[in-house]
Amino acid sequence: MGAVSIHHVSKRFKMDDGSEFTALSDISFEIAEDEFVSFVGPSGCGKTTLLRIIAGLDCATEGKVFVDNTEIVKPGPLVGMVFQEYSLFPWLNALDNIAFGQKMKGISKEKRHSDAMKYVELVGLAGFERSYPYELSGGMRQRVAIARALANNPDLLIMDEPFGALDAQTRNMMQRELLDIWEKQKKTILFVTHSVDEAVYLSDRIVVLAHAPGRISDIVQVTVPRPRDRTDPEFASFRKHVLTMIESMA
Amino acid sequence: MVQADTKRRLGYALLSLFMAVAIWEFVAVAVVQNKYLLPSFTDVFAAFLSILSLGQIYRDLWTSLIHFGIGMSLSLLIGLPLGVCMGWFWRANYLLNPIVEILRPIPPLALIPFAIVWLGLTSFSAGFVVFVGAVFPIIINTYAGFSTVPKVFVDVGKVLGCTSDLRQIRYIAFPAAMPHLVSGFRVACGTAWMCLVGAEMFGVSRFGLGQKIWWYYNLHQMDKVMVYILILGFVGLAFDTLCRWYISKKLLKWKVGEVS
Repeated sequence: MGAVSIHHVSKRFKMDDGSEFTALSDISFEIAEDEFVSFVGPSGCGKTTLLRIIAGLDCATEGKVFVDNTEIVKPGPLVGMVFQEYSLFPWLNALDNIAFGQKMKGISKEKRHSDAMKYVELVGLAGFERSYPYELSGGMRQRVAIARALANNPDLLIMDEPFGALDAQTRNMMQRELLDIWEKQKKTILFVTHSVDEAVYLSDRIVVLAHAPGRISDIVQVTVPRPRDRTDPEFASFRKHVLTMIESMA
Repeated sequence: MVQADTKRRLGYALLSLFMAVAIWEFVAVAVVQNKYLLPSFTDVFAAFLSILSLGQIYRDLWTSLIHFGIGMSLSLLIGLPLGVCMGWFWRANYLLNPIVEILRPIPPLALIPFAIVWLGLTSFSAGFVVFVGAVFPIIINTYAGFSTVPKVFVDVGKVLGCTSDLRQIRYIAFPAAMPHLVSGFRVACGTAWMCLVGAEMFGVSRFGLGQKIWWYYNLHQMDKVMVYILILGFVGLAFDTLCRWYISKKLLKWKVGEVS
């Protein structure tokens, strides 16, 4: 479950002066089931726009997106999303944040809380389920956000720079835990990041986007076996390869 | 540490009250020397005791609370839905905003003649004036809360299956806007309390805190006027304290440090 196919997706915005701005130009590629794919690229290359189209939050001007052969035209249960920082509902505690999707489905409080507890444990937050977001650290908040997206049981999990605001140590720890979760849960993951290091550490494939207009510049298959070691020369050479590509665009 | 601070605050509060009363007493007794112009603290306290023994004070308080209740209930009933619609649907905002902006600057007391013509000398005409004073702070703050719900919350909601406007309003916008709703309510209570006195002075009933101020003024019993003025202050303070306690303990406990 969770195969994604993107067919000739373009996105143009009308500017105030009447001209058109092409954010994405003719993007096509396929993502296999249970694959971990990262998007990297210079800022303004349309990474977030592309993610939002795949999630059904924005519409493509041209082209189509399919998840498990279902065309995505609006947000739905097939696709889960983890946003950048501050996306937890601050008025709900961790457990109720995680159970929010189940609540929207009309599932009873008892059932959705006991289901949500499983995800609390999965992301290692047992004991903090009654805490409000302001009581949690940045890393813990993003764990809740991941648990909340997973609790809806999507086939595809989209993550938009989820660890961007975390300090380096927490970030590395979260990356390891995300890979654990990915292995346990078997989801397709689409991950946007600014950090090439993060992309190489996590991904099966890295999609390198170019800007103006946003388009696929290259797709890199990361062949380093997991668990990956950042000091390994092979790892370093992948990182260098992708970095050089991005820098050559600037 | 916190306890020591609370104790210190309490100490200073008592000191400040004591000084205010002492200055008042001194100015009234030694400087003004005229009970009509400025009744002293002891005069007012004596008047307070005699008013208490009459027992009508409870009737006054009750009547005023009814006026306040009618006005506040109406303004919540009408102001909240209007503010929600204006904050959430741009069409409603474009449609209603001009009317709200034109009506809003009108001082509520200016409507007293119409209140009396329409509703007679009844609790409802006092309630109507209170309503006019309270409804705009509620509309404006509700609008502000609903129009500034962070987009990411709405997006998260959509992805998690919260798709209709009605559900987004109920499960996302309403709790997100709660801090604004609460401050709108508190501002509205203050305005309502103010309008209440004005409305009651025009004799909509034989009881009421505001009505008694005018009544005793006509009898030239300024010490009793002062008693009712202070009661208005203390009831307002008590109600606001109760609101603040409820807000910080229940409604906004997720927003620590916000309510002050």
